[in-house]
Amino acid sequence: MENAAQTPPMMDTSLQNERLLAIARSQRVQDFIFHKVTLVFAMTVLVALIGIIVSLIINAWPTLEKFGLKFFYTVEWDIINEEFGAAIAIFGTLASATIALIIAVPLSFGIALFLTETCPLWLRKPLGTAVELLAAVPSIIYGMFGLFIFAPLFAQYGQPALQSTLGQMPLIGQFFGGAMNGIGILAAGLILSIMILPFIASVMRDVFEIVPPILRESAYGLGCTTWEVVRNIVLPYTKTGVIGGIMLGLGRALGETMAVTFVIGNSQRIGASLFSPGSSIASTLANEFGEADNLHLSSLFALGLVLFVITFLVLAAAKLLLIRLERGQGSRT
Amino acid sequence: MLKQRILKTLIGGAALALTMGAAQAADITGAGATFPYPIFAKWAEDYKKATGTGLNYQSIGSSGGIRQIRAKTVTFGASDAPLSGADLDKDGMVQFPVILGGVVPVINLEGFKPGELKITGEALAEVFMGTISNWNDPKLAALNPGKKLPNQTITVAHRADGSGTTFIFTDYLNEISPAWAKAVGKGAAVKWPAASSVGGKGNEGVAANVTRVKGAVGYVEYAYAKKNKMPHLQLLNRDGKYVDPDDATFAAAAAGADWKSVPGMGLSLVNQKGAQSWPITGASFVMMYKQPAKAADSNEALKFFDWAFKNGKKQAAELDYVPIPDAVTKYIAESVWTQIKR
Repeated sequence: MENAAQTPPMMDTSLQNERLLAIARSQRVQDFIFHKVTLVFAMTVLVALIGIIVSLIINAWPTLEKFGLKFFYTVEWDIINEEFGAAIAIFGTLASATIALIIAVPLSFGIALFLTETCPLWLRKPLGTAVELLAAVPSIIYGMFGLFIFAPLFAQYGQPALQSTLGQMPLIGQFFGGAMNGIGILAAGLILSIMILPFIASVMRDVFEIVPPILRESAYGLGCTTWEVVRNIVLPYTKTGVIGGIMLGLGRALGETMAVTFVIGNSQRIGASLFSPGSSIASTLANEFGEADNLHLSSLFALGLVLFVITFLVLAAAKLLLIRLERGQGSRT
Repeated sequence: MLKQRILKTLIGGAALALTMGAAQAADITGAGATFPYPIFAKWAEDYKKATGTGLNYQSIGSSGGIRQIRAKTVTFGASDAPLSGADLDKDGMVQFPVILGGVVPVINLEGFKPGELKITGEALAEVFMGTISNWNDPKLAALNPGKKLPNQTITVAHRADGSGTTFIFTDYLNEISPAWAKAVGKGAAVKWPAASSVGGKGNEGVAANVTRVKGAVGYVEYAYAKKNKMPHLQLLNRDGKYVDPDDATFAAAAAGADWKSVPGMGLSLVNQKGAQSWPITGASFVMMYKQPAKAADSNEALKFFDWAFKNGKKQAAELDYVPIPDAVTKYIAESVWTQIKR
């Protein structure tokens, strides 16, 4: 240091500047490379996505060209006479996913609420882990459980009970009629609801936990009941996360293949009753891809494209809903 | 979800291609029907012991097998639905049967032993079409005098996936019932008309549905019916006799067949003559190129089938298949295999 102090000041600064410049230059190169590399990583996702869409469209083209828009609403799936329509599979997919959501969302909400608001501390960890473990069970296990254990019990006890209660009501009665095999759209929806429950419940629990304690405690301090706290503090604060969780569950329900294939009945028709067997897009693909040819194969690709579009629409609708909610929130305060 | 699945398929395909490339050149490659897979696997095991050459057979389904052989990724393709003579000529391929088997209608009806109920082909077609929808239908009662048939809805259990088993079964219904031929037809997967019907994946899926649903009727490969002790229906054959399915009645159906009468040996074995013939019998066919890209590979495959024809009868019987009769294998060796460049 003493030597450095003796050297002329001009020399010193220029030397230092030069060294700093070199460092800056090398850092800029590093930054540049780093930026480009991460960009490439990110782009692979986009390239894969576009590649999949393009290949789906190319493979589905013969079907789309032959049937046109009619493909999307024709109730027909005749492999031998090469008459294809997506309506049966679309109906099965949407119906089973809707049933799953109707059951899973309130249940998940209750679970998340209990875990974050009223659960004794010692039970919180084991219960939470159990819910997450449910998500780790492979879907084939749900399928086998559904076909071999759930369906016989459902046929023997569940379906007769439903038929003698809900089946007797006006309007919705027809949904619970017909032959009671234990498998069908309703069974698929029930199995799906168990499968998506852990996803929705754990997301809801996580977002309920991030509500600042000060908000919650202030509300309790004002004399709010637990329900009032959840309704007026927790839910408004976490609605993005809650809707995200529901959409995650819906996405899984729409695309679930193995478990649905086991219990939906795999029949290419739309029945009036929820007890009647049907088929979803994913189950049709799983069943028929191996033996499909020509127009049949192309129609399966078109079904895949439809599933892609439905999933995309669901995500887009969720985003739109969130934007609108946020705007509504802004105008109110 | 879907994009994940497609990605997985792509990755799986790439991995498969890599492993296939890495496998020793000595292994015979084939792909196709699931129906002959168990016997191919058994033969391959014994053949490997005897000669050291292995077989890499992917049971991806009949149409898949035809696709693979057309793409020339495998040395032989296997299918339960034979290619037509014109298609074979166009692709420059030959075709020969390798194994026979039977498809069996099975039921779940309390109090009835295997083979106790009789049915005709026409009535079976009506059951699967849904025009006979209850077990106490007068048509079924007339076929089974003295039996008390219950008032029970019939649920048709069918394959949800495309399958050679379905092809053989619908080939039979198509042959025997004009109404079925008009309304449904034949194929590896068809549009099942019965109002009360459930689809299962694979033979085991159909077997599970039939065992589970009361009043169900389905069709499975004979080995599954036997293994699961499922009650079958006695079926009226072309000669007017009611027969039970077993190795002897399958062999009887194949005995009268004139393989040379159809180009590419693509004979349908359903509804054959003979007092002992089981009417829903079928064969699995193998397709190979006459001018293969790698003659050595084809030669290895032919050596394997030659060995299987000569030494594989015992294994076939153990697995409830019926081997191809000697006269036919002799014809195959002398007239079909000679067309392949070795």
